[in-house]
Amino acid sequence: MTLTITAQTISTKSIEQLNELSGENVKLCMQCATCTGMCPMTAEMDLSPRKVMHLAQFGMLDRLSDSNTWWKCASCHACTVRCPRGIDIAKVMEALRQRVLRTNKNYIEPSALPAERIAELPQIAMVAAFRKLTS
Amino acid sequence: MCDVDNTTTKKTIRVATGDRAILPEGAKTIPIYIMGKKYDVPETLTIMKAMEFAGFKFLRGAGCRGGICGACPTVYRIAGDYKLHYGLACQTVVEANMYLAQIPFFPANRAEYNIEEIGGAAEAIHALYPELFRCVACNLCTKACPMDVDVLGYISALKQGNIKKAAELSFDCIQCGLCASRCMGEIPQYHIAQLARRVYGRYIQPRAEHLRQRVEEIESGKYDAMLQDLSAMSREDLEKCYVEREREPDMTSPGAWQPKETRYL
Amino acid sequence: MKISYYPGCTLKSKAANLEAAAVAALAALGIDVEEIDRWNCCGAVFSLTADDLVHQVGPVRNLIRAKEKGAAQLLTLCSMCYNTLARANRIMRDDAVKRDTINRFMDDEIDYAGEVEVVHMLTFLEREVGWQKIREKVRVPLEGLRVAPYYGCTLQRPAEVGIEPFGSFNLMTGLLTALGATVTPFDAADKCCGSYQVLNGEAGARSTAAVIVDRAAAAGAEALATSCPLCEYNLGKQQGRLLEAGQITTAVPTFYFTQLLAVALGVAPESCLFELNDPASLDLLKTKNCLVAA
Repeated sequence: MTLTITAQTISTKSIEQLNELSGENVKLCMQCATCTGMCPMTAEMDLSPRKVMHLAQFGMLDRLSDSNTWWKCASCHACTVRCPRGIDIAKVMEALRQRVLRTNKNYIEPSALPAERIAELPQIAMVAAFRKLTS
Repeated sequence: MCDVDNTTTKKTIRVATGDRAILPEGAKTIPIYIMGKKYDVPETLTIMKAMEFAGFKFLRGAGCRGGICGACPTVYRIAGDYKLHYGLACQTVVEANMYLAQIPFFPANRAEYNIEEIGGAAEAIHALYPELFRCVACNLCTKACPMDVDVLGYISALKQGNIKKAAELSFDCIQCGLCASRCMGEIPQYHIAQLARRVYGRYIQPRAEHLRQRVEEIESGKYDAMLQDLSAMSREDLEKCYVEREREPDMTSPGAWQPKETRYL
Repeated sequence: MKISYYPGCTLKSKAANLEAAAVAALAALGIDVEEIDRWNCCGAVFSLTADDLVHQVGPVRNLIRAKEKGAAQLLTLCSMCYNTLARANRIMRDDAVKRDTINRFMDDEIDYAGEVEVVHMLTFLEREVGWQKIREKVRVPLEGLRVAPYYGCTLQRPAEVGIEPFGSFNLMTGLLTALGATVTPFDAADKCCGSYQVLNGEAGARSTAAVIVDRAAAAGAEALATSCPLCEYNLGKQQGRLLEAGQITTAVPTFYFTQLLAVALGVAPESCLFELNDPASLDLLKTKNCLVAA
């Protein structure tokens, strides 16, 4: 992935915002990709967790906003426990989700779920998914 | 609109116009705020009467005036304090410096269903109202309830699949919608509770045997002759019959009293 | 001994087997489980943004219920409930600023400062009962049953609330060994089952689950032991579909660890609500003679 970085693409403000929301420092990332190696959901993701961290480090939230990576994150913290730089990457993913969810936008629609699915799923599945994916 | 000058209250002579309340002689007035505008109203009135005194006319947002129909939910705050309070306009007496907002209707989601088709499992309720699972237990619903219903309690019970508990906890709900107006999960609690009570009544609660018997008796014509007799009576006879009817004495313990006439039992 | 207990929503319906077996097993061990009053949903997932406190209110309210009862410990069975409650508890104990804000918001409740300890049943069993005592109480040893301990995410991660360090599975291993089972370690025991992503493109969650079942089978396990209703759904209830789709070749029936404990202690299988598991689970125990004679 080649990143073209110009004064227009880089947004220090969004880096600050992401750090503030997550309570983490994305600049600490050294791009070792351990997170990607640990992640159980990479097959579903368009950008690997490492790439998300890379874009986040340069404040390229515009490029990140189309990505499904942070919507596919299951907050399992596998990345977090193995990050050699001590970054809680799951928190960065949550901050990226919250940037959108806090503008009253849903990623999944509870009312569109078929009744049979709701009847079958354990309650914690709905509670967790609605927490993570609805506004 | 009726603006009352506080300083001249005692001297004011008022004439009733339409259904506007008349200020009683010597009544003390207090300031309240309706939609942000100040009005002086007699301190003895309910919010609803005070608003009418101030000149408002309720076309909607008022119903039974007896605290049971749920049409007049009101949010208010007393000047100088942050705390929001909730009440029914027809039941809550005005207080000085009360800021009022009427919430006669809230656009809460109400699912469509046929009670005969959905079945008695909690999953049916979950499927109709999946937003139930967006509850964060902030408890603002319970705080907002003018009927002191444990709203969070019945929402929690429904999440757990306990329809009976939800039906019992929500029994006093009057469907005013204040719970939903405060909900950060955008949950229509009162509609879900109503569905829970309907499901409970239709599928879970044991049938009342005495009621079934009585319906059977009515349908088999046991009371037809009596009704025909009553229908044929003159107004005077009917009134006499009513006045002279046998009455159960007040505070009789159940089963301790029987009427002399037992034909219709 | 008496212990205050927080069940969680799912344990009152879809995962009633997790609870029923636990209560029966603890009774057999002489422990009386006392459910706290008026509890609400824990929220299932811990809120990860630094400024979001409102999602801590739900779990904290449950901890307040336990404090009101005078409980020193609050027992949990479901991994997700354990995780959410334990993490909210840490905030209330360790972060004075957040604690103050949350207490002020909850002006309808008594103040809370992390006085109650949230404890998962596996920790509780080791600490308060001990493997030796459990071994002595076993009436139907699970001999010859090869069980893979499956922890998933929330029992171990993040480290500050993990029932044991990431990558170690001593508690479940200790328990299963005491029950007479053959513990079959496998390399996906701490891999995420797909979790709530099952609502966001089922295929992804299924392939994640398939890897776990597959690796357990490859390691020679005949059964998976878990403590999470969502793991049980993704790995157990979905297993038939995984087999049908050819995503896995060998079935590995799933159990709640409480069910294995209960049957080994001689609790009647009817009390463990196996009808809520896949039928293969009870069949396996029958084949292996792991059930108390009727």
